[in-house]
Amino acid sequence: MTTAIHVRGLTKRYGEVQAVGGLDLDIRTGEVFAILGPNGAGKSTTVEILEGYRKRDAGEVTVLGVDPGHATSAWRAKVGIVLQTANDAAELTVRETVRHFARYYPNSRDPEEVIAQVGLTEKAGARIRQLSGGQRRRVDVALGIIGRPELVFLDEPTTGFDPEARRQFWDLIRMLAAEGTTIVLTTHYLDEAEALADRVAVIAKGRIVAEGTPSTLGGRATASARITWADGYAETDTPTAFVRTLSDKYDGEIPGLQVVRPSLEDIYLDLIGDAR
Amino acid sequence: MTATLSIGFARAALETKLFFRQRDAVIFTFSFPIILLALFGSIFSGDLEGTGITVAQLYSAGLIGAGVMGVAFQTLGIGIAIDRDDGTLKRLAGTPMPRAAYFVGKLLSSLVLGLIEVALLLAIAVFLFDLELPTDVTRWVTLVWVLTLGLAGAALLGIAVSNLPRNAKSAAAVISMPYVILQFISGVYIPFTELPSWLNNVAAIFPLKWMCQGLRSVFLGDAGASLELTGSYELPKVALVLGLWLVGGLVLCLLTFRWTNRGES
Repeated sequence: MTTAIHVRGLTKRYGEVQAVGGLDLDIRTGEVFAILGPNGAGKSTTVEILEGYRKRDAGEVTVLGVDPGHATSAWRAKVGIVLQTANDAAELTVRETVRHFARYYPNSRDPEEVIAQVGLTEKAGARIRQLSGGQRRRVDVALGIIGRPELVFLDEPTTGFDPEARRQFWDLIRMLAAEGTTIVLTTHYLDEAEALADRVAVIAKGRIVAEGTPSTLGGRATASARITWADGYAETDTPTAFVRTLSDKYDGEIPGLQVVRPSLEDIYLDLIGDAR
Repeated sequence: MTATLSIGFARAALETKLFFRQRDAVIFTFSFPIILLALFGSIFSGDLEGTGITVAQLYSAGLIGAGVMGVAFQTLGIGIAIDRDDGTLKRLAGTPMPRAAYFVGKLLSSLVLGLIEVALLLAIAVFLFDLELPTDVTRWVTLVWVLTLGLAGAALLGIAVSNLPRNAKSAAAVISMPYVILQFISGVYIPFTELPSWLNNVAAIFPLKWMCQGLRSVFLGDAGASLELTGSYELPKVALVLGLWLVGGLVLCLLTFRWTNRGES
């Protein structure tokens, strides 16, 4: 297991504001890693430092073995970036744009194949201006993966997608992950992190406040379960035993039974609430 | 180096294609100096102080200079400010594209637009206002080097000023203003003989005045030299100032160019 991204003590200030304060992070090669956090928590700053867009004030950062503060074009060829707000090249067609970007990379994928992978074959001849928001984001993804990157950064990729487009997008990410691409995803959608990520980190106030798999994050797997039924409710660490007793009491079916573990969203809101 | 050039050429083709797909921009960019030439040429007729040179000739030379500067300085500067605002530059900065290729693309596409502009203006001047094209090779050579140096210098200046506007919305206003002022003080609209000497001195700092002076030497010929402030077209000085702008513009670009919007670094 090798490390794709290694961060120790990352610090960045904007004037008086401490955007990132001593952040540590390790992302393994081939992993899908989601970074969650409220707006202004230092998520975007962190990711932009990893992408080589921003300079850091202090700390140690290695991405694919290189300090992104001194990015070379060979390093850029291995890193794919899907930006949050890009609105460019509106008068070019999808095909023209993807083909053009393919020229920048030494070992690019086949443009037609990439267009098909992001589901835009039917729109390949259309001007980017004429695409819907979701289709535009898929162009962004196509441009992010055209160079056959080892590592892809996706910054809030499905914001503004309808549910169907999101599912299609998730399939695309899973396909990339299956090919062995390391994926770093920032998102506001907890179901998205849960569906895609191998591991999740929550950033609040410029630090990582929790890290783990989506199912165990913040002690989720061992948290008390809440049981509700027609005549009452209970919180317990042993829900199975409780339900068995309850079932005996009702002599079979328990009316209106629900057993709920805290959702990733409950855990997340707790975590960022504590940090505030 | 070869990669920079080949990607630069590909970018030039892309930029040119993008420009021509924005029909309103195409029409306004090209038509502005053309309409002015048609207007001035029709309003002012007759010779200048018995030199046999028509006012139309004078405006042809001036507006070709202004037209080239419009394409290289104004259109380019606004275009880059928009590229910075809409994420084009940020996206490119995240790819392994050699950064110089972006500038090669911008310069070459400006060159293409500049050539089209000059051809259109010349055609109108020749057919409507009897401008005589130079017959000797020397003047054609002068035309080529004045236009090339002038366009490249103006383009580099355009790249440098693209840093000034805070966003795409203000770009047109911020970048058009110095361009309009330069046209007024560089002898494009108003004869420089009617300007106070301090304004002429200000104009002499910038490339437009020298580009227009070089162009007058091409289209007005020896008879017009007596109309110049110094009684000569000073071609060596034209070459020197335009060359200095080329170098200075390049340095300015390297020092000031930003790949992201202000506050994002």
